[in-house]
Formats: sequence, C-alpha cells, structure tokens
Amino acid sequence: MSDHLFEYLCRMGDNTLVLGHRVSEWCGHAPVLEEDIALANTALDLIGQTTLWLDLAGEVEGAGRDADKLAFHRDVWDFRNLLLVEQPNGDFGQTMMRQFLFDAWHLLQLKALMGSSNAQVAAIAEKSSKEVTYHLERATDTVVGLGDGTEESHNRMQAALDKLWPYVGEMFTSDDVDAAMVDAGIAPDPASLRPAFDALLDDVFTAATLVKPQDDFGHKGGKSGKRHTEHLGHMLTQMQWLQRAYPDATW
Amino acid sequence: MYAQMIKSTGEGVKSLEEMDPQERAFQERINAGGKIEPKDWMPDGYRKNLIRQIGQHAHSEIVGQLPEGNWITRAPTLERKAILLAKVQDEAGHGLYLYCAAETLGVTRDQLTRDLLSGKMKYSSIFNYPTLTWADMGAVGWLVDGAAIMNQVPLQRTSYGPYARAMVRICKEESFHQRQGYDIMMKMANGTAAQKKMAQDALNRFWGPALMMFGPSDENSVHSAQSMAWKIKMNSNDELRQKFVDECVPQAEYLGLTVPDPDLKWNEERGHYDFTQPDWDEFFDVLKGNGPCNTERLEARNKAWDDGAWVRDGLMAHAAKKRAAKLAAE
Ligand SMILES: [Fe+2]
Ligand SMILES: [Fe+2]
Ligand SMILES: [Fe+2]
Repeated sequence: MSDHLFEYLCRMGDNTLVLGHRVSEWCGHAPVLEEDIALANTALDLIGQTTLWLDLAGEVEGAGRDADKLAFHRDVWDFRNLLLVEQPNGDFGQTMMRQFLFDAWHLLQLKALMGSSNAQVAAIAEKSSKEVTYHLERATDTVVGLGDGTEESHNRMQAALDKLWPYVGEMFTSDDVDAAMVDAGIAPDPASLRPAFDALLDDVFTAATLVKPQDDFGHKGGKSGKRHTEHLGHMLTQMQWLQRAYPDATW
Repeated sequence: MYAQMIKSTGEGVKSLEEMDPQERAFQERINAGGKIEPKDWMPDGYRKNLIRQIGQHAHSEIVGQLPEGNWITRAPTLERKAILLAKVQDEAGHGLYLYCAAETLGVTRDQLTRDLLSGKMKYSSIFNYPTLTWADMGAVGWLVDGAAIMNQVPLQRTSYGPYARAMVRICKEESFHQRQGYDIMMKMANGTAAQKKMAQDALNRFWGPALMMFGPSDENSVHSAQSMAWKIKMNSNDELRQKFVDECVPQAEYLGLTVPDPDLKWNEERGHYDFTQPDWDEFFDVLKGNGPCNTERLEARNKAWDDGAWVRDGLMAHAAKKRAAKLAAE
C-alpha cells in the first residue's frame, strides 16, 4: 500500500514539477508583459504544489528523501509524470494548449482528491485546486481567444491541438497503482474523470472554433515510468545539474 | 540606478523671477513638496524628461528579467526556484506599473516598446552583463537590487504623482529582492570551497558594474541640476554611489568576501569609505552597445516581440469579434 501511495504521490508531484519547469522556460520571452507575469505565476504555483506532493511522497516512503532529493536526484526512469507535460513548449499556442489540456484534467483530479480518505492528500488538493481553477480559466480564455482570433492564430491552435492530442489518453489510463488508490478511497478511478473532461473540451473547442481530432490513440509510458519521451532527459540535465555537480553543497 | 544618463532639455535652471506665472506656480508647488498630476500643466521639458526616465526605468525592469531568467531552470532547490520565479515576476510587474505611469504623460507602451527594440531608448547598463554561476543570482539581488533601492527609495518622494506612487509599490518588493540575494550569498560564502569561489567570483564581476549603475559623476551637470529642481532626481549620482559603497562594504566583510578594490579604505575624517571609481571607459562602451550581452539582450526582446505578434493580433481580433457580437445583440 505505501509503495503504491508513494508512486501515486510522485505522479502528482512530477506532473507539477515537470510542467512548472517547462512553463518557467518562458520567463522574459512571452508575447506580452501580462503573459510574462501570468506564466511566471503559473510556474510558481506548480513548483509550490510540487514541494507539497513530493515532501509527502518522501514522508510516505520513509527513506529520508524530501522533495528536493526526489526532484533533483532521480533519473528519467524514476519520473512518473504524464508524457503530455514533458513535451517542449513549442510556440505560445502549443504551450497554452498543453496547459489547457492538463489543467482541465488536473482540476477534475484535484476536486476528486479533496474527498480523499487520506487527509494530507485532501489538504494539498484543496489548496492546489484554488490555484488550478485560475490556471484553467486563463488557459481556457487563451485557447478560445486564439482559436477564434485571426486565421493564423486559429491555424496554430488547431496544429497545437492535433500535435498534443495523442498525449491526452494517458491521463485516463489505469494500472495497479490507480486500482490500489481507488480501493483505499484515496484517489478517483482515472476513467471516471473522462466524461466531465470531454464535456468541458467540447464547450471550449466549440467556442474556440477548433476541431477535436477523431483518432483517440494515446501514447503511454510517462505515469508508469516505462518509456518517457527523449525530451525529459534534456530537461533533467538542466534542472538537476547544480545538485549533481556539487552533491556535497547546500544551497 | 535604472535611469542613467538622462539628458534634460533645459539650459540650466531658471530662477523663479525668470519664469512666467504658469511655470512659476508649477515650480513653487514642487518646492512646497506638492505633487504634479497628469492633468496639471507642466513644462514640456519636464514631461519629456520624465518620459525618458520612467521609460528607461521600465525597460530596465523588462530586460532585467533576462539575466535572472537565465538561472530559473537551473535553480538548485525547489525553494530557490520559487523565490527566483517570484522575483522575476515582480520585475515584470514593476515594468507594468512604470509603463502605466509613463502612459499618463501621453505616450503608449507600444511606442516605448518599439523604441526599446530599435535601440533608440536605453535600459540600465547592468543588464548587459552575463550571469555565469548560481552565485550571480546572489550578487544580482544583493548588489543590483541594492543599488536600485538606493535610488528608488528617495524617488518615492518625486514630484510626479503617478511615478511616486509606482515607486512606493516597487520599493515594497525590492527589499525582498535584496534579502533573497544576500541570503544566497550567505549560503555560498559559508558553503563548500567551490561555492565560496563562485561567491567571490560573482562579487569580483559585479562590483564595478554595480557602481556604474548610479551613472558618472554629475556634480557639475546642468541636466542634473534641472532634474533636481524638478524633483525627478533626488540625489546626485556620487552621493548615492558613496552611500551604496558605505552600506555594501560591511556586508561583504560579514560574508568574508573581498571587495575587488585594493584602495578601498575607511576615511575617518569624511566618515565614508574611499574607493576606486569603476572603469568609465567600459561604461561608455556598454552604453554604445558593446557590453558583453547587449546584442543577446536586444535580440531576445526582439524575438519575444516578433514571435508574439500572432498572439497579440489573435487576441485583439477575438476581442473585436466579441465586441461586435455584443453590439449586434443590443
Ligand atoms: Fe524591480
Ligand atoms: Fe530590479
Ligand atoms: Fe528587484
């Protein structure tokens, strides 16, 4: 049980860690000043959530690892984030589409976790859900605004959606870890979130004049850690470099 | 400071007697500590100077995101990453308040942005220096934000209302910036041999450029005299630089680091440190565009702006469609 819970908490924390890192890559390079501020703010929230999830993961594991140890001293195969969040930023449209798809799932997940049988999980979910509600609002507005903007912005958003769609399915897949979480009343069955997710996407894509791809093929291997994309390793070499190069230092 | 080398348009400060009644009333209001507000009459020179000064300050906040943004993805702990993100986010916010303050004087943010991107308007020389190790995040917070505070605290009393109010908001955040920088320096200076080396190296590289932030000596400058009479500049450059040195030297000692100035010593008689002037030739080179990072910084800002054009156009087109739909429904 505690092994499964540890895995599950790493999934939550690695999602926010990896996406927070990706979003922070925008710092100083956004299309307008307001976006620089909003992107930094989103990254900041996600990094804060990471600390909560991974500290709890370390506590559950009971091997003396804290959030920093987990974030900076694991290699690719130990990461448990969805493939979606490790995808490169691409253009601003791709970044915001990735954000929207993740936020739409993330908020449903957190809302369900607020009723978790594990009080610590419920507390983190409650705190995070306030931040993620705002992330989703902002991502929705941007997807709608750019989807239903100019011809160019529309085409770019459709291209972003087409490109990222194969990474959506993984969010709703189940394995032993999920089954154990459902049995213990800790987390929802991933598949149970799909109808609400689809309904939200239908509304937003209609307003954005975007077309949801027909093919429901989904890549897998992120949340299980079995096969990440090539992108994650490059991210880790940057993110973990100082800790790895100077392991005896405190910062 | 973030606005170096602001040239005023006047030929020296007029006496009250030389002024026409309107200008005289304006100056007397400033002398009495009153605030000038956007709708008030103001001399052309005052307006132009302020636009340049506030614009340069705003641009500095924006370009200033880049040297620190350079380390966000390599921050060594989650807490350090969060703190740095929060700081850089603040700087973007400062840029926003300042552009808003400038807009009250009749320019637009887009105009000012175009002038930054074309190289017509400047930003502080300090942001043309590279950040090479994690200790640079400490040195930048400690010295660069420290120098900015030195300049901005008095500007909270500046005569132009919107500028003064922007400064009040900004100063609240700047002290957190300086503290987090000094805190990084403490960790580094008291850390492993490699960390100490990084800390000393950062101080070596940033000391001179930080002293340059106050601009060259302006003791005999008519431009400065006019700005000071208008209270859009509150202290002379040398005065602020001295204050900065006096404050930083004991802080460096506390860190166990050596300020890279062999002639630095306490002058009992003056009650100040004597110190070596920074390399002013280097300063003028940087202003001309020959600093280590001028090209990269401007390129990065231009790329962000150009790459973002479709986003800005798209969002505007959508907003126009929404307005039209709303009108049609009414
Ligand atoms: Fe600032
Ligand atoms: Fe600053
Ligand atoms: Fe600052």
